[in-house]
Amino acid sequence: MYTETQIVHNNTKTTVDGALDGTGEMVINVGPQHPATHGVLHLVITLNGETIKKLEPHLGYIHRSIEKMCESLSYRQFIYVTSRMDYLSSHINNHACALTVEKGLQLEIPPRAQVIRVLMDELTRIASHELWWGAMAMDLGAFTPFFYAFRERETITDIMEETCGARLTMNYMVPGGVMYDIHPNFQRRVKDFITLFKSKIDEYNDLVTGNIIFQNRMKGVGKLSAEDAISFGCTGPVARGSGVKSDIRKLFPYEVYDKVEFDEILETEGDSFARYMVRIREMHQSVRIIEQLIDNIPEGDFQAKTKAVLKLPKGEFYTRVETARGELGVYIVSEGGTTPYRIKFRSPGFSNLSALEHMVVGSKLGDLMATMGTLDLVIPDIDR
Amino acid sequence: MFSLEGLTNSLQQWLNAHFSSTWVLVIESLLVILLAITLFAILGLVLVLMERKVAAHMQIRLGPNRVGPMGMFQTTADTLKLIMKEGLTPDGADKFLFNLAPFVVMIVAMLLLAPIPFAQNFQIWDINIGVLFVSAVSSISVIGILMAGWASNNKYSLLGAMRSGAQIVSYELSAGLSIITIVVLTGSLQLSDIVSSQQNGWWIFKGHIPAFIAFVIFIIAVTAETNRAPFDMAEAESELTAGFHTEYSGMKFALFFLAEYINIFIVCAIGATLFLGGWMPLHIGNLEGFNHIMDYIPSSVWFFGKVFFLIFLIMWFRWTFPRLRIDQLLNLEWKYLLPISMLNLLLVTIMAIMGWHF
Amino acid sequence: MTKEYFREYFTALLPTASFDESGEWLNVQIQPEQWRSFALELRQSELNFNYLFCLTCIDWKTHLTMVYHLSSTVHRQTVVIKANLNRDSPEIETVSDLWRTAEFHEREVYDLFGVKFLNHPDLRRLILEDDFSGYPLRKDFEDPINMIKL
Repeated sequence: MYTETQIVHNNTKTTVDGALDGTGEMVINVGPQHPATHGVLHLVITLNGETIKKLEPHLGYIHRSIEKMCESLSYRQFIYVTSRMDYLSSHINNHACALTVEKGLQLEIPPRAQVIRVLMDELTRIASHELWWGAMAMDLGAFTPFFYAFRERETITDIMEETCGARLTMNYMVPGGVMYDIHPNFQRRVKDFITLFKSKIDEYNDLVTGNIIFQNRMKGVGKLSAEDAISFGCTGPVARGSGVKSDIRKLFPYEVYDKVEFDEILETEGDSFARYMVRIREMHQSVRIIEQLIDNIPEGDFQAKTKAVLKLPKGEFYTRVETARGELGVYIVSEGGTTPYRIKFRSPGFSNLSALEHMVVGSKLGDLMATMGTLDLVIPDIDR
Repeated sequence: MFSLEGLTNSLQQWLNAHFSSTWVLVIESLLVILLAITLFAILGLVLVLMERKVAAHMQIRLGPNRVGPMGMFQTTADTLKLIMKEGLTPDGADKFLFNLAPFVVMIVAMLLLAPIPFAQNFQIWDINIGVLFVSAVSSISVIGILMAGWASNNKYSLLGAMRSGAQIVSYELSAGLSIITIVVLTGSLQLSDIVSSQQNGWWIFKGHIPAFIAFVIFIIAVTAETNRAPFDMAEAESELTAGFHTEYSGMKFALFFLAEYINIFIVCAIGATLFLGGWMPLHIGNLEGFNHIMDYIPSSVWFFGKVFFLIFLIMWFRWTFPRLRIDQLLNLEWKYLLPISMLNLLLVTIMAIMGWHF
Repeated sequence: MTKEYFREYFTALLPTASFDESGEWLNVQIQPEQWRSFALELRQSELNFNYLFCLTCIDWKTHLTMVYHLSSTVHRQTVVIKANLNRDSPEIETVSDLWRTAEFHEREVYDLFGVKFLNHPDLRRLILEDDFSGYPLRKDFEDPINMIKL
């Protein structure tokens, strides 16, 4: 792809090893293979000593052109591909796609399916935030939290495995409801998990949140003002860490989110620690939602009756859902056929990544990891 | 009672009876070299295994458990693998310095074994400026790291080496000052004198709070000096992939790795000798009976027990704390630790002059 | 603020614009050369559309359509702006200075559709290599090696 000398802009002279002549600056490549980028993100950073002068993301290392693939897949098939976008919240991706198709078909979803979908979404959100927590602590050089987080995440994946038959790319939500009914153990195991999780989340705070080194690394780092957050299109915990109300579950409720009680978490500092706290507190809210719903799953069908071949009417359909990372938009342009004419996924990670340069320029190399960690980037979601 | 002293004495007598004094010296030197290298290798293997086991148990897993009983030969197998691997030298590297660097680091670590009293009267070289020797030689290791970082011709390595340079030079001050507090209390630079001065109690107890402060600062400073988390700026794997040894592979990498663990052992040995009485058993004032019972435990067991306790402490840090940022790291040293240790040294000096310690 | 309000406001502003209210949101069809001034109005007037949450392009085989989904964190209303572009030399003014998220989204559209954004600060391929030829999301894009026709 790029050699180091090519990426530096034309009018700057460079030496072979990428140092910029006369400025005391040098260009380093963080990625595509780097422990902190959690995947194949490639950042080209201009450093002056330890200070970041310029940062340029290079994308595309895992671009599968899912949007193009979807154009030749039917409305039942294309959902499975989307599990591979943001693989940490694949339920929510599937959910968004199913909702869009249902919007097009003007399909009414049985109440049981709605509740199951919300339960699955919230379990996914907890699992995703757990993984983020472990991975972010690892970015800061603490290895142990990763294993603590995975201990609880494992329980969730086990629950998912029992009901959906898969642990990562579940493909459980289909147009009209969910694919199967929940496993008979589901309710008991989720309740067990909630009890376990509530006792463990304090452990997280003891181990990481209260640590003075951790707080020093996070506070005042990667500042993002509310105005910039909106302008960069940041959503999810990144925007809420800057005090921007952006929770789609509250603003434009779907499924049964308007019937359950939960708070939208807002922090106003806009630094890495605020984003960290938003996610930690969001896990509590997800627990709250699950607690309200787990004993109240209505009886009935888990799937609405649909035709074998789905045909969306001519038109445009857009759905917004809140994934663990922010707002996911699914935009389907239909010509009335069995496949989408054009499909666009507005992924939260893509917009959040665009704010990265703004957040880290002028700070130290170590701050880049602290900031990138709290953006919770999932590269296949950015590259699609 | 088992003692290493008896062993060395009888060997010395046997050698003296059979050889001329020159040959005795030559044979003893060869023995010491052999022992030092063996100790180096065994310590490396044991400490790496210990680190992995400690890490595993902190992280609610089991750690190596396949090779040998409880995974005890895991590190041996790893070392064999590393020996088999090709030692690559990158094209753009300064070949001479690149290949020299791991040896510099290792030789420094080996030199530091010389003045450490492993047990009663069991010491390679009881030099009368022991403490000075240790602080002087240990600062050479930064040259090896800088060499490795510069010669690799890799930007990550360079950044790691520069960080390491800034860090080791800074923390050397605090470590040195806290060592001096004990020198002030003892009045001697000789390590065997320092140990014997703790006959009636270890300095960490006898020296009141200032000695304890010095001990804490010493532990922090040496953690930084050995490039261990939370001060592992030179490696900082999530930032610099592997820091100064990014380009090293095979046995040359293993030498860095081993040297790191030997360095931990040495700084913990120094800490144990200065603050925790070295091989000296736990003695409480004039409690004759208690002191007598404690004397039955061999001095080498005391020494290694204390050292491994300190090593465990340092490993515990590593698996608990996140890493500091480079500027925070230097702030900690220059704005907090250095002033505190200077003030502490002043306190200790007053204490020593007035004879307030036990 | 309601759909009707926006409709009237936009009609006063752009008499040539056409509207489509069949969908969930108000769709406004404009001419590409009107886009820059219209965007300025949307962003900076009291309408305060400060949140551009989706920017994409559709290839209609005869022409390309740029689609901008705009919302506001103040009144939470959404409008969809569309502009048809000539398929052979698609050009439209950038809005990356008004909504900074557009910088990346426009680069993506440039990369995959070949729409040229005038005055964009750094218009390069975002995902594909610099020497890649063709625009993969266009309907007539052929890649005999990697694409499987269904």
